[in-house]
Amino acid sequence: MSDTMTISNSNTAPLHPIKEFWKYFNENKGAVIGFYFIIFAILVAVFADFIAPHNPFEQYRDAFLQPPFWMEGGSTKFILGTDDVGRDILSRLIYGSRLSLFVGVIVVTLSLAAGIILGITSGYFGGYFEIIVMRLMDIILALPSLLLALAIVAILGPSLKNAILAIAIVVLPHYVRLTRASVMTEKSKDYVTASKVCGSSHFRMMFVVLLPNCMAPLIVQATLGFSTAILDAAALGFLGMGAQPPTPEWGAMLANALQFVQRAWWVVTFPGLAILLTVLAFNLAGDGLRDALDPKMKR
Amino acid sequence: MIQFFLRRFFNIFPAFIGITLLTFSLIHLIPGDPVELRAGERGIDPVRHAAMRAEMGLDKPYYIQYLTYIGGVFKGDLGRSFVTKKPILEEFLTLFPATLELSICAMIFAIIFGVPAGIIAGIKRGTVFDHTVMGASLTGYSMPIFWWGLLMILFFSVNLGWTPVSGRMSALFWVDTNTGFMLIDAFNSNVPGAFKSALSHLILPSIVLGTIPLAVFARMTRSSMLEVLNEDYVRTAKAKGLPYRRVIMVHALRNAMIPVITVIGLQTGVLLAGAILTETIFAWPGVGKWILESIRRRDYPAIQGGILIIASLIICVNLAVDILYGIINPRIRHNS
Repeated sequence: MSDTMTISNSNTAPLHPIKEFWKYFNENKGAVIGFYFIIFAILVAVFADFIAPHNPFEQYRDAFLQPPFWMEGGSTKFILGTDDVGRDILSRLIYGSRLSLFVGVIVVTLSLAAGIILGITSGYFGGYFEIIVMRLMDIILALPSLLLALAIVAILGPSLKNAILAIAIVVLPHYVRLTRASVMTEKSKDYVTASKVCGSSHFRMMFVVLLPNCMAPLIVQATLGFSTAILDAAALGFLGMGAQPPTPEWGAMLANALQFVQRAWWVVTFPGLAILLTVLAFNLAGDGLRDALDPKMKR
Repeated sequence: MIQFFLRRFFNIFPAFIGITLLTFSLIHLIPGDPVELRAGERGIDPVRHAAMRAEMGLDKPYYIQYLTYIGGVFKGDLGRSFVTKKPILEEFLTLFPATLELSICAMIFAIIFGVPAGIIAGIKRGTVFDHTVMGASLTGYSMPIFWWGLLMILFFSVNLGWTPVSGRMSALFWVDTNTGFMLIDAFNSNVPGAFKSALSHLILPSIVLGTIPLAVFARMTRSSMLEVLNEDYVRTAKAKGLPYRRVIMVHALRNAMIPVITVIGLQTGVLLAGAILTETIFAWPGVGKWILESIRRRDYPAIQGGILIIASLIICVNLAVDILYGIINPRIRHNS
């Protein structure tokens, strides 16, 4: 009886990798909520032209600091109210999602690409090259990320483009270290030796044989990297060192909000809420990914 | 043991040299040269330009310039600010106590709330309390602290009127600054109400600055606690029939705290970066605000000096944490 049970159990085909991944990812309710919020944010960003009720730059001279529609003095024309020069806050938030996601995509792509190349070459070749790269990364890590990003922006001049570049440099060490660490563990395995014996070129060894087996931690780090990038870009925008006005960037929208704290809470509240929810969604999804991709967590 | 200390100590030198190279190149990477920057928009005639370059040592080869710079750094000479003409080190040291005071208060706030929350969440895994703590800490971890600061001001200062909006001390009081720490100075001054004023100015900035470390500590303590509670020695202690309180407090907690101490040390960098934002919001006269203002005014020697000092501080704190870790956990000391 017990024998047939064992046989029938072992006959069940293993789940398709994507189905298996989804099964574990789905167990974490927070991660699923985060995932759906990210999809929602992407849709908002893509269809901003159709959903935004107003032009984000248009100043309605008759509606300065108008409160949200549910408050006295508010109207459904401006659902979340207007700012100090009469621009619709909801429309600016909708267009701001484009910028924040764009910053996230570019920063993660840049740092992931550079990080993989530096990490895989230094882990694979070793020697002086590895020492120099890793020491450089240690130096970047010794500085608080925001301070280094500010210093880079101070050299290059404040703009969204330079802020993106600065953040990509600041987060680079995480990717380099992760890739290198994975390469070091994979390098000694039999399949790698086998491939070497077969005469694979260095390029093939690094990017075809090793890289796919090092991707799991990088995917997690990249997801969490989105939240860091969005948060840092907003902080730089807030300090006037990132996106410049009148760009509807969420951080820059808060830059002069301090003076309206007493009169118009909506100017202060909504842009920050947008940042918080987006960052939270990426962190939730990243945590879920880590659990789903980590073989140790699979019971 | 001594070998371990020495090895760790010598490990910081490459990082320190790297930082000085970075801050040294900063001044050469900016578009235009420092003389033109100082001259401003009026421009400068070529003869005077060359004279000033020679005066600042910019006509010498880079390696000589670097050695002169390093020599100055070791003597504590970080140059003078373009704007105030005062020595950088002096400016930094007068402002640093304010940042230190704020950071210490933020750290205390983060530890006294974050660590116990993490411990309880770890012991009561899967309960409503656990889920609440984890949800709150992930939210705190994702918080844009500049917005969090604005919200706190909006709620506590504007709506409730409980705390002041900005600064370190009410303008009604005048307190001699002996230590630079407003709490201590106000306490010693015997001016009635001064201590209360200093304290009330500290509350909101400390909470804002301490939010992200708090979230990190709670998460870290919980996962460390969970790991330790699964260990054999905890089961043995339970099996021996020791009281539950003793198992948790003595057997589990002491071991669970080891990684938490490291994380507490590593949050120093986060605090100093957070100080830039927090000090800007609350008009707190510390080094974070000073560096930001230097960047806005393009005061390059100040930026250069500020980055160098802060990076060196962080390297030293990391070294201290490393050594402390080696003292608490002998396995680290002998393995590496």
